[in-house]
Formats: sequence, structure tokens, C-alpha cells
Amino acid sequence: MKLEELRFGTELIKRGFAKMQKGGVIMDVTNAEQAQIAEDAGAVAVMALHKVPADIRASGGVARMADPKKIQEIMDAVTIPVMAKCRIGHVAEARALEALGVDMIDESEVLTPADVFFHIDKRKFVVPFVCGARSLGEAVRRIWEGAAMIRTKGEAGTGNVVEAVKHMRIMNYAIAELQRMPDEKIYAVAEKYAERYVQLAKLVRQEMGLLTDIKRDDVIYEEYTWEEIVEGLYEVLLEIKKMGRLPVVNFAAGGIATPADAAFMMQLGADGVFVGSGIFKSSNPEAYARAIVEAVQHWDEPEVVAEVSKGIGEAMKGLDVFKLSEEERLQERGV
Amino acid sequence: MRVAVVGVQGAVEEHVIATKKAMKNLGIDGEVVATRRHGVVSKSDAVIIPGGESTTISRLIFRDSIASEIVKLAESGKPVMGTCAGLILLSKHGDEQVEKTKTKLLGLLDVWIKRNAFGRQRESFQVKLNVKHIGEFEAVFIRAPAITKVSEGVEVLATFEDYIVAVQQDNILGLAFHPELTDDTRIHEYFLKLANP
Repeated sequence: MKLEELRFGTELIKRGFAKMQKGGVIMDVTNAEQAQIAEDAGAVAVMALHKVPADIRASGGVARMADPKKIQEIMDAVTIPVMAKCRIGHVAEARALEALGVDMIDESEVLTPADVFFHIDKRKFVVPFVCGARSLGEAVRRIWEGAAMIRTKGEAGTGNVVEAVKHMRIMNYAIAELQRMPDEKIYAVAEKYAERYVQLAKLVRQEMGLLTDIKRDDVIYEEYTWEEIVEGLYEVLLEIKKMGRLPVVNFAAGGIATPADAAFMMQLGADGVFVGSGIFKSSNPEAYARAIVEAVQHWDEPEVVAEVSKGIGEAMKGLDVFKLSEEERLQERGV
Repeated sequence: MRVAVVGVQGAVEEHVIATKKAMKNLGIDGEVVATRRHGVVSKSDAVIIPGGESTTISRLIFRDSIASEIVKLAESGKPVMGTCAGLILLSKHGDEQVEKTKTKLLGLLDVWIKRNAFGRQRESFQVKLNVKHIGEFEAVFIRAPAITKVSEGVEVLATFEDYIVAVQQDNILGLAFHPELTDDTRIHEYFLKLANP
């Protein structure tokens, strides 16, 4: 066996890992015991966290990567994949999680963003990433940066599914719109989506009293020029147009609290579901975990969704998303 | 002919597409159906158990009695293929991870399986393998299991390092890697030919 033929961390392997999660439920857990409950209930993976989003929301302050010791304990407790969150743009947290051996990194708006300009260049990692998106533009940028999986942002820690539904509908409509568009018009969309990467260059030039026009060969993010970014986004858009869906797995997340919420997101075309606070903030985590797994499995069988929803206790209390101020809305982070 | 892909969780659509493509290449007239319900596998000529999480898939196929349908189909001589998690479920002898998670196995392949044999996702890899009856094949291993030992009557189709990664026992085909993730449909074609010898 020639060693150079052995390849790690290719796009195929990273996207392939995400595909193995399809039709499954990924559960937020904060310790080994909760991870065990999740695995026993049939979760396909767990997300190791310091606090579930509802508690992050309640406690305020800066939310950071979880204690590696805690993550390690969770990795030792279960046989299913373990994911963990890093702050948006925080390359060092992401590298630490990769060194620890987590199976997927969530570059997540649930934690306090570390970089207001950029997300991590995820292609440079061996470990795959999942990122949140509220719109096609956010999804396309994250995919171009190397995300192997997309999830709706929803509004984490609220137990209110309304924002996840909104983000999934916006994504679906945008993809349908894209399919009706001629390719040259799609190029203009790519140019629009690339504007996000120009902010730093513009700000600096403005501050220096220079012209803020960006030339095609200006390097504006990592080693990439404006032109390379536009071309890259354009290719992702063309792939989406051709496939009629995102080229990576697309999960629902952010506010899913009941089996019916999970089934609804599957009906809207989600490939699977993340449940954050919904399980361990309910009155009966074991029952909720099992019921949500069943509901995702049988999302198109209302009688099963009804059956598994019977007598499982109280769902997490939840928050009215519309009463949150802009600073309290996690989804505004990292666009 | 009709091929069922057990569709409870994992890379289901990828197997459906690969199988359809393989059918077209072989000029076979037939359908490929992904199923999450009891009653479809028993009416099929072949069945595929895809990759995903073996703990999850096992729980769901045994709960919805798809498991007994697969066993019956296999016993009637019809071909069954399992990839990655699917291979784990086909095996007869589990490892400590299988025991710890109380994962029920179908026991159709007389082999000893080791879950996550190569490590975590970071250690997942792709490599060109020599697969018996197929030739050189780009194999994608994702948190893959491996076979540590086989009983008599199990044909070893491919090995990697110290492990066995592809086997056949009569009509049962087990692979530790994911042929459904590449565009190469030769393994799916080989599998379909087992149904139509």
C-alpha cells in the first residue's frame, strides 16, 4: 500500500460524514450522563456543550467553547459521533477541538462571535464543520468556506420553532427562484453574496482616506481575491441550481421543542434535526428524546407523531421570539 | 426487479441513486425504493442496508420489524448488501461497543466486527483498494468498522492494513466503506448480478 494514496479530510469524506447523519436527531448534551441518555434514545450524534442554549441565554456574558475535559468525558461515554461548538471565526478554538478529536465542529452563533468580519476558512481543516444559515446567501458563503453541513439558525434556546420554519422557507423559496434564473443572472447573485467579504477592506481604506472600490485581484479574505470568491460562490450557486437543493446536508435547528416540531421541519425538507434545549429542559428528557427520534423517523405518519407525543410531560417553557431585542437574537450573529 | 433500500436513517438517497444507475448500466428494468415501513422489504428481490449510525438504525429496524423481513429475504437466497453501519448490522459477532450500546444484530454474516476500527472522524480516509471480482476501487471509510475474523464459508473480498473490509457469504455482501458516495457503480452492479445470476 503506497502511503500517498491514503487521503484524509477530503471534501468527499467531510460531506460523507454529514450524509451519515441524515434522518437522524443530534442532541445537545452537557455531561456524560445526558450523552448516554441521548445515545440510548437513538440520537445519531451529540453536541457537547458547557450549557444548553436556554441556559446560555439566561446567564448572559461571553459564551465560549466548552471545557475540553467535559467534551472528553462525553467522547468517552458514547460510541456515536460527538460534535462541539466553537465561536464564529475563532480558529484557535476550532483547532483545539480538532486536536481533541471531536467528529464535527459547529461554528455557532449560539456562542459569542470572535470575529466580526469573517468565518473560519473551513477547508483548511481535516474535521468537518456545520454552520448555521438563515438565507441562501449565508448558506452559500458557508459552503464555499468549506462547511460540510448547513443547519437553519432558528432562534436557539427559545423552544419556539417559528424562526427555524422561517429560515427553512426562505431557503426553499430561494432555491426555487434560483432554478428559474439564467446563469448570467446567477453571477450577479454571486457578486451580491460576495459583498460580505469586502467589509474589512472597505473599512480600512475608508479609515485611510483611500478609494474603497475593490478590484478583482485584491486579496480580501485569507489568500482569496475578490474574483476567486465570486467565482467560488457562483460555482456553489450553479451546483444548487442543478441539484435543486443544497449540495451538503441541511438540518433544522434553533427552537425545536416537540416531536411535532421535528416532524414539521422534516416536512419542510430538512435532512434531520438538531435539538438543543428541547430535550434536557423538558420535564422528561428520556421520553422527549425517544419521541423526537421516532417523530423524525416517521415524520410523514401523523398517527405515529400523535402516538409518540402522548403523555411525555411538559415541553420546555420557551420564549416569545418577537419580544427579544436585536441583541438577544442569536441569529443576527455571523452572516 | 425491485431493490429496497432500508431508509430509516443515513445515506439512503445515495444508495437509491447508485442502484438506479447500476440498473441502467446493466440494462435491468426495475425500481429502487427507500423504505421506512414494514412490508416493502419482503416484496423485494434484493435489499441494501446503508451507512448511518448503527445504534440508531438497529433500534428502528427491530422496532418496526423490518429486521425480520431482511432475515427472511436473506434466508430465501435473495441478495442483501450492507455498507458501513449496514455491515455492522449484518454481522453475527459484535465487539464491546456493540454490547455496550445493546445494539441488536441481524447475524447474517458469520464475521467478527469491530466498530470505529480506524478511529474517529479525524482518522476517516479514502484509499484505492483491490476488491476481488471488482478490481481497483476508490473506497471511502467514514468512522468505519472493520472485520477482525471470519468463519469458514465467508469469502474475503478486500483487506486494508490488518483488517478485512469487504466480504461475501453466499448472497450476503458486506463492505466497511461507502461505494454509494462515489460515482463508481461497479459494486452495485456486482450486487445486482447476485439477484440475476
